[in-house]
Amino acid sequence: MTRAIERDLNRFRKIVKGKVRDNLRKYVTHGEMLGRKGREIVSIPVPSIEIPHFRHGQKGSGGVGQGEGEDGQPVGKGQQEGDGQGQAGNEPGRHVREVELTLDELAEMLGDELELPNIEPKGKEAVKSKKDKYNTIRQTGPDSLRHFKRTYKQALKRQISLGSYDVRNPVIVPTRDDERFRSWKSVPEPQANAAIVYMMDVSGSMTDDQKEIVRIESFWIDTWLRKQYDGIQRRYVVHDAIAHEVDEDTFYRTRESGGTRISSAYTKARSIIDRDFPPDEWNIYVFQFSDGDNWGEDNRECLGYLTGNILPACNLFCYGQVESPYGSGDFIRELKKITDKWENMILSEIDNKDAIYDSIKQFLGTGR
Amino acid sequence: MVVSTHRPLPPEIRDLQDELEEIARNYGLDFFETIFEVVDYEEMSMLAAFGGFPIRYPHWRFGAEYDELTKGYSYGLQKIYEMVINTDPSYAYLLEANEMVDQKLVIAHVYGHVDFFKNNAWFAHTNRRMLDQMANHAARVNRYIDRFGHERVEEFIDACLSIDDLIDPYSPHIKRSQKAASAVKKSLEARKSESEQPEDGPGRFRSKSYMENFINPPDVLEQEAIARAEKMQQAEANRSFPNEPQRDVLLFLLEHAPLKDWQHDVLSIIRDEAYYFAPQGQTKIMNEGWASYWHTTIMTRHALDPSEFICYAEHHSGTMATSPQRLNPYKLGIELFRDIEERWDKGQFGPEYENCDDIEEKKNWDKQLGLGREKIFEVRRVHNDITFIDTFLTPEFCARHRMFSFAYNNATEYYEIASREFYKIKKQLLDNLTNHGRPLIRVVDGNYGNRGELYLRHDYVGVELKQDYARDTLANLGKLWSRPVHIETVVDDKETILSFDGTNHEMKPK
Repeated sequence: MTRAIERDLNRFRKIVKGKVRDNLRKYVTHGEMLGRKGREIVSIPVPSIEIPHFRHGQKGSGGVGQGEGEDGQPVGKGQQEGDGQGQAGNEPGRHVREVELTLDELAEMLGDELELPNIEPKGKEAVKSKKDKYNTIRQTGPDSLRHFKRTYKQALKRQISLGSYDVRNPVIVPTRDDERFRSWKSVPEPQANAAIVYMMDVSGSMTDDQKEIVRIESFWIDTWLRKQYDGIQRRYVVHDAIAHEVDEDTFYRTRESGGTRISSAYTKARSIIDRDFPPDEWNIYVFQFSDGDNWGEDNRECLGYLTGNILPACNLFCYGQVESPYGSGDFIRELKKITDKWENMILSEIDNKDAIYDSIKQFLGTGR
Repeated sequence: MVVSTHRPLPPEIRDLQDELEEIARNYGLDFFETIFEVVDYEEMSMLAAFGGFPIRYPHWRFGAEYDELTKGYSYGLQKIYEMVINTDPSYAYLLEANEMVDQKLVIAHVYGHVDFFKNNAWFAHTNRRMLDQMANHAARVNRYIDRFGHERVEEFIDACLSIDDLIDPYSPHIKRSQKAASAVKKSLEARKSESEQPEDGPGRFRSKSYMENFINPPDVLEQEAIARAEKMQQAEANRSFPNEPQRDVLLFLLEHAPLKDWQHDVLSIIRDEAYYFAPQGQTKIMNEGWASYWHTTIMTRHALDPSEFICYAEHHSGTMATSPQRLNPYKLGIELFRDIEERWDKGQFGPEYENCDDIEEKKNWDKQLGLGREKIFEVRRVHNDITFIDTFLTPEFCARHRMFSFAYNNATEYYEIASREFYKIKKQLLDNLTNHGRPLIRVVDGNYGNRGELYLRHDYVGVELKQDYARDTLANLGKLWSRPVHIETVVDDKETILSFDGTNHEMKPK
């Protein structure tokens, strides 16, 4: 039996989600939930959802309590403005509600809000990935995979048939022939493979503020693409004058100094693609974030490498230029020269946190 | 939908019920027939969210409440042992997961509550068939939802609920003129009759010309015309403002707000339910105290098996726990009842005792009157929390229970212990109980500035309104009144009028 309360509970949940949706722009811009990355569920604090009444404020209020204590001794803290009913004497305070949403739901909301089209994986339905499953038994194998139960059974069978099994002294001694081992079979799985390569300029001109913007934006890009593809792979490249492949954590935290040579990152990215993600089997997404400051002579090289090696290989190449107090921001102008010829290339300028929302829309709005 | 999800009670609980009912009756408790049901925690949370009733009209706040209760339970923060509703017969719900000793305690406790519902004067005017009434309300609201859409009805309910505490809990007990009692009905009839004006001119019957003077005697017609004019004048006067400031804001809105028929009905539903629940708010301390008094009496003298003693003691003391920030109504109630019983047993009351100056003599005062039991039965019949505290809280009691008053300190943003003086504690406690610790608000004028605007007044008694809430509530009130609304209050120690004109809030000094 469905209970009458389900109806009201569902309605309440809908209202809560509506609140999140209304404030999505705010949540997108502030990195409130980034700390919870890696979990399937994020909890989001939602400003109070309740029915307002005429109520007393704190000033001049009080109550009666019981216990020890001198005059002037504090018995409880007043509540912050907006925290809800705060009269220690009368009613318990209302808590800020935390709503739990799965990343999928969040991505869906983002998709709805930004009107992002679903991505059609490039025609690689036929591509099979192979997965090993431990679901068979073999007579040979390493000790670590020995199947104790099967081995025991086998030995028991043998001893009974040989007549050497003694009920009063049931000692079972397995021989080499009795041993059984777990083994695997490779199961082909149809899958659209997807990989994201993030590149970020960590040269001296990129401050923490700029990196925060990159972090937030790539979190949302991640969330969206993860919904579109199962098991998406990610690689991270940081560069100043030379490029390094790093792990996710380092990517967001490194701070270096020095000059900037974007072509080094491109070369690195391409080598990662070649190594891990053969382009005819993978949907590849390349995101580059920089303040647009590049070593002048490097620009020509960059464009050459981009058109020759990166753009043909990937579904989407996105360049996000964050505004920095130091950088010249020239690079985007260079890229604009070729953007007409490549429709899988998207450029976006991110002036501040508020621009993240629109920038995500620019990047992912093409449905590639 | 069925109103009750009644299931046969497990035989061992059935036996317990019979046993405990017998004991309770022998003590003179007088209760409605009580029907117990065993429910799991989700059902219990649902019932609690619904205020004890299995069927309520659809509204998200029940869902919110349910969400909070079930979460609290699954995190181990709270647990509801029982729930009982004031109807005849009374329904009580027991938690399936309770141990036997808990069930005993709870059943005894429930009989205390039901006795209180039946006999306390403040419950005398509650609808004992509220179970049906609630289901009826649900059916009506559902019908409106089907006809006018979920969002629209819900939005309207939200607005009504926002002011559902602006009622006059004393009004059911006051016999004013017939007018007040049937005001709601009248306002409904008035709506109907407005559209059914006779065509031939009021009061005049159709007649042949030679019969005219007999069928429509001129003097009668004249009298009727005068009466009608008076009535219209009266109605006009009613429309503009109440004769004296009126606490029942909901009634005023029912009579005068420009509501559609379905809105009128929904508002009257909200008002009915608010009045039904009001006495429970007015008697929380007494009701819980009374029920606790009886569960301890019955458990410790009769029902408790020695093997259950520790378990019982733990649960009982858990219920009675005190804290510095919150007065526990169970504890305060039971101790006051015990104190009254002792005082009347020993004769520690009346002028002779009051005027005695010798502390030692007062302490050992015992005239062996044995009137205690009789007295507490009388107290449970006539008092509510305010009169209960006002009449029976004594300085000795406050000192014995280490009571103090506390107040909010603006500078430190903490509540701090203010005093241990009897007079101040009592005053603070009565302040908190008056109108359930909520601001007193009345309608002063329904035609403010001769522009059909609604003007309310907050009776300022030292505590200001919570500003953000006040603004939101005013906006909701505006939805009902459809014209600008104002409330006179005090902001930052200055008399102020808060206004809402449908789009903007305004705040100006009075």
